[in-house]
Amino acid sequence: MSLEFTSSEMMSVTAARALTNDMTCFVGIGLPSEAANLARLTHAPDVTLIYESGTLQTKPDVLPLSIGDGELCESALTTVSVPEMFRYWLQGGHISVGFLGTAQIDRFANLNTTLIGDYREPKVRLPGGGGAPEIATNAKEVFITVKHSKRTFVKDVDFVTTVGFGRDGTARDNVPNIGRGPTVVITDLCILKPDPETKELVVTSLHPNVTREEVIDATGWEIRFADQLDSTPAPTAEELEILRDLKTRTSAHHSSTQSGQQ
Amino acid sequence: MAEFLSLQEAVSKHINNGDTVAMEGFTHLIPFAAGHEIIRQEKRDLTLIRMTPDLIYDQMIGAGCAKKLIFSWGGNPGVGSLHRLRDAVEKGWPHQIEILEHSHAAMANAYEAGAAGLPLAVLRGYVGSDLPKVNDQIKFIECPFTGERLAAVPSVRPDVAVIHAQRADRKGNVLIEGIVGIQKEVVLAAKRSIVTVEEIVDELGASVNACVLPSWAVTAIAEAPKGAAPSYALGYYDRDNAFYKDWDGIARDRDTFQAWLKDNVFEKGAA
Repeated sequence: MSLEFTSSEMMSVTAARALTNDMTCFVGIGLPSEAANLARLTHAPDVTLIYESGTLQTKPDVLPLSIGDGELCESALTTVSVPEMFRYWLQGGHISVGFLGTAQIDRFANLNTTLIGDYREPKVRLPGGGGAPEIATNAKEVFITVKHSKRTFVKDVDFVTTVGFGRDGTARDNVPNIGRGPTVVITDLCILKPDPETKELVVTSLHPNVTREEVIDATGWEIRFADQLDSTPAPTAEELEILRDLKTRTSAHHSSTQSGQQ
Repeated sequence: MAEFLSLQEAVSKHINNGDTVAMEGFTHLIPFAAGHEIIRQEKRDLTLIRMTPDLIYDQMIGAGCAKKLIFSWGGNPGVGSLHRLRDAVEKGWPHQIEILEHSHAAMANAYEAGAAGLPLAVLRGYVGSDLPKVNDQIKFIECPFTGERLAAVPSVRPDVAVIHAQRADRKGNVLIEGIVGIQKEVVLAAKRSIVTVEEIVDELGASVNACVLPSWAVTAIAEAPKGAAPSYALGYYDRDNAFYKDWDGIARDRDTFQAWLKDNVFEKGAA
């Protein structure tokens, strides 16, 4: 029997499956946070989630709107200061996976969250780097989840806010004490992984009912497909139910004004 | 010892036009009441430092208080853009502002170095990023022991730090609980500090390892109940996520922003 699901749900479920129980994950806000908490509520109940606001091992019941909602602190094992978070826990080597979103990504998995256009005269000013530049180099590996479109998947990003493998795929070569970088990119159409040699992103798995042409049309460079192209398993009924419950709870929580005494 | 002042007096006495001001609070305990008082007193040419400018600096930039912004993530968390910041950067409204941007790790290190009285912070950062190309305050140094190439940024030493905390006792000792962010570091890094608090109490009720700022490390304390709203104060009130979403519509347009500012800031006195 096949279940009805949206491409966004397919993306979240697939991104969640990338996390396992033994991982310590530094979670970015938005899609990564949704995927990381879905993983925790399904197959990976003991996955350790860490947010840059200082919340260690947090178990929020609803998805946080910001990186520092009270829910994160109240459900955390402990909360540390922001310098301690970045210096001891991230730079100190305790993070196995950094889970990031982005505004733009290029063929070498470099991320741009700074601006579109020229730096001094931006067409669109984006929020900036935040924690990502150091998460991407100090975590042992990086997962990226982002919606697939030609505007997002560009041949070369306008600005390298956060390094994947650099402009030519070699930015991590011979750099001491640096993580492996992006190991998987999960979109609403497919899964991409860097080629082991060139580091260029290659499609390794297509989501159900997605064609090669759709991926080609949504990518700003001549995208390559792996020789052994897999088909991503569809979400299970349980995954969909838990994801939908989580989103319903979250939506209700964020639309009410929270101004009373606790 | 910290001096107890009204918020109006504290801002008037300790923040001057042209000062470098860091108003911190990482999503939690953002000192909005103090920001609104700065807007009402029409402080100008401020260099504003904050890791996440958030709505508070969007409002202050839109109100014309800022000359320069030093930051590391300038968005409305989970919602989108800070439209007043973008309007200033992209279109120069209400006037051009200079920006200097870092990563969170660099800013956190720079505050900590400021608190430690050092001229610079050293971190394993900015590898492969274009940020050092557009920010001349990011340099690289060689470790004298291992030869490793490391990033260096100048420490943050603001004229004034402004933070919000849960409470102070009557001697002026301050307790900060929950997401403590960078608040202790910014107060210790600054020449002067203003701390607004939810309430002033007889006993702080701090546990032995709590984040406490002693009275003699703080310049001024002002009572400002709900002074962090629409952000939150753990144990007092929750984050008003609905307002953060509404702000997107309010701030998108110059006229609706100015009307909001008039009704909610200029025509309201300090708490």
